[in-house]
Amino acid sequence: MGFFLDLTINGLMIGSMYALVALGFVLIYKATSVVNFAQGELVMFGGYIAAALVTLYHLPLVVGVPLLLGAMVLLGFAVERGVLRPLVGRNVISVVMVTIGLAQVFQGLAAMVWGAQTINIALPIRLDPYQVGEVFISPINVVAAVISGMFLVGFVYFFRKSRMGIAMRAVANDQQAAMAVGINVRLVFAVSWAIAGLAAGIGGVVWGNMLGVDTHLALVGLKVFPAVIFGGLDSVPGAVVGGLLIGAIESVAAGYVDPYVGGGTKDFFPYVLMIVALMIRPYGFFGREIIERV
Amino acid sequence: MINRECGVYQTTYQSDMALYPVPLARYASIGSLVVLALIPALLDSHSMALVNLITLAAIGAIGLNILVGYTGQVSLGQGAFMMVGSYAAAIATARYGVPFWLGLPLGGAVAAVVGAFFGIPSLRIKGLYLAIATLAAQFIIEWGINHSTWISGGAQSTIYIPTPTFLGWEINTEFRRYYMILPVAVIAYVAALNLVRTRVGRAFIAVRDRDVAAEIIGVSVFKYKLLAFAVSSFYAGVAGALWTYYLKIANYEHFTLVTSVQYLAMIIIGGLGSVLGSVFGAVFITLLPIVLVYVVEGLASLFGFQYAAIADFLANLRLIIFGALIILFLAIEPEGLYRLWGNVRRYFRLWPYSY
Repeated sequence: MGFFLDLTINGLMIGSMYALVALGFVLIYKATSVVNFAQGELVMFGGYIAAALVTLYHLPLVVGVPLLLGAMVLLGFAVERGVLRPLVGRNVISVVMVTIGLAQVFQGLAAMVWGAQTINIALPIRLDPYQVGEVFISPINVVAAVISGMFLVGFVYFFRKSRMGIAMRAVANDQQAAMAVGINVRLVFAVSWAIAGLAAGIGGVVWGNMLGVDTHLALVGLKVFPAVIFGGLDSVPGAVVGGLLIGAIESVAAGYVDPYVGGGTKDFFPYVLMIVALMIRPYGFFGREIIERV
Repeated sequence: MINRECGVYQTTYQSDMALYPVPLARYASIGSLVVLALIPALLDSHSMALVNLITLAAIGAIGLNILVGYTGQVSLGQGAFMMVGSYAAAIATARYGVPFWLGLPLGGAVAAVVGAFFGIPSLRIKGLYLAIATLAAQFIIEWGINHSTWISGGAQSTIYIPTPTFLGWEINTEFRRYYMILPVAVIAYVAALNLVRTRVGRAFIAVRDRDVAAEIIGVSVFKYKLLAFAVSSFYAGVAGALWTYYLKIANYEHFTLVTSVQYLAMIIIGGLGSVLGSVFGAVFITLLPIVLVYVVEGLASLFGFQYAAIADFLANLRLIIFGALIILFLAIEPEGLYRLWGNVRRYFRLWPYSY
């Protein structure tokens, strides 16, 4: 039981980080109908920028983190403006492929600017785990869970109460109608990308601290697909629940199955779940039923 | 080919529907076959290896284009289906002594079955969701092959196979390998051209253009979607098996997600929904890194750098250019190289009276 709890709790905390990245993903999809295959690369870029500022230029965290977040917002704007805007209204394949192309560019660019070796981001967090009963919890996981929890709560508040948030919901609901009532749809697109960049930046710092920053950090993006499909591509609560679920399930599965199959369950099990979820509820467990039945 | 159809009048439906309705086009296609067959006489072993890689890639790209370009189903799993074909052929040859010309269709068949299985989600989903489902296929197949020792053969998931022989000839040089690959590629090309002209091909296009309308006029959408997956995976399997006979080794690292993305890039840069475009794309994507090496090497020697110092730089530059090209093509010429080629043709068709 202790083993199970240990796996579940640590999985949930990792899952909260998936939820953070998934949120950026869902946000972009909701507002702009673009599936962003470069979300993981955005996380990687955030990690690289943080590592460069904190580790290479020795800026204190209080300066480095706001700089990073500013840079990520700008990056989000730039991507929307430069890459996605010319492709508005194109078919699915084009948009999927353009974000894949973007991912390649990010990969190459990051490795070219900052080198291929792993850079560590030093955060002032202690390393040895807390023990609660039989459960070992590493402090960085707690910090990650708290930060992403705060971001999620803040975002939901913004999404529900602020003018911009309401505009974003309107655009997500019906672009044409939103345009007709005078909402600046382009601005909403840009803000969605900026917030996605922000979420990715936060993910990049924490993940970068856990794993070290190199181009492999982008693999996080591949974990996000099962999470968002589970929750529904266009559902914010779905992203959170999906992220947490995938985190917990993959951790438990890895704990129990790995010894028999020689590892790798973490990378594969979420995808099996995803296929099952697709067969049962193609639009996800929280998504809107807008998919045409074939 | 640059054909002029003046003076050519079709008097029967049969001749009008022919693959090459203009006599010149017919001669040109025969001529290009002759040229293809004679390529080895002109090139050295190194260039021959490049031609072989291109020919191999073209087979996979044509297959993917049938699925994505003609049937409109985005797939990120082409690499995985190639992997299935590769391992199927390797197991058949290395453990049961199956000759390569039987191993090829066998690899294709196994991949077709697996591909059709992973096409089942297309019953309920399409577009983005399907792209992500095929991404899952990529990971699940990779994991499955890696983790079942019977398939992957244990250490490093590598299966070595003996040099393939045909009628007592050892296929052991680049030139001989070319003659192993070329017939397969030509058959694949012609088969694809003919496939899209048949009832099945028209059904594929109907499904792509408007699946609901296709259903109403009596096209069984699900059947043709699965068929498209099977055909595309068959091509992938054959290509994967050929890779295996070409390299004499089956290893999953040749068929990762990166491979799938590269094949998707080939058909997008080459031109979606065009068989010739797939070949253009295969040439382009295969040659891109090599040309890049030459260009950067040239520049480096001009400025007095050592090549070793910029090897990393080059690898990253390649990624950036690869990604940027995809973005540029999609933004500027979504119909790809095939369209550009068409523009050139159209220009010369009326030249010099282009009005």
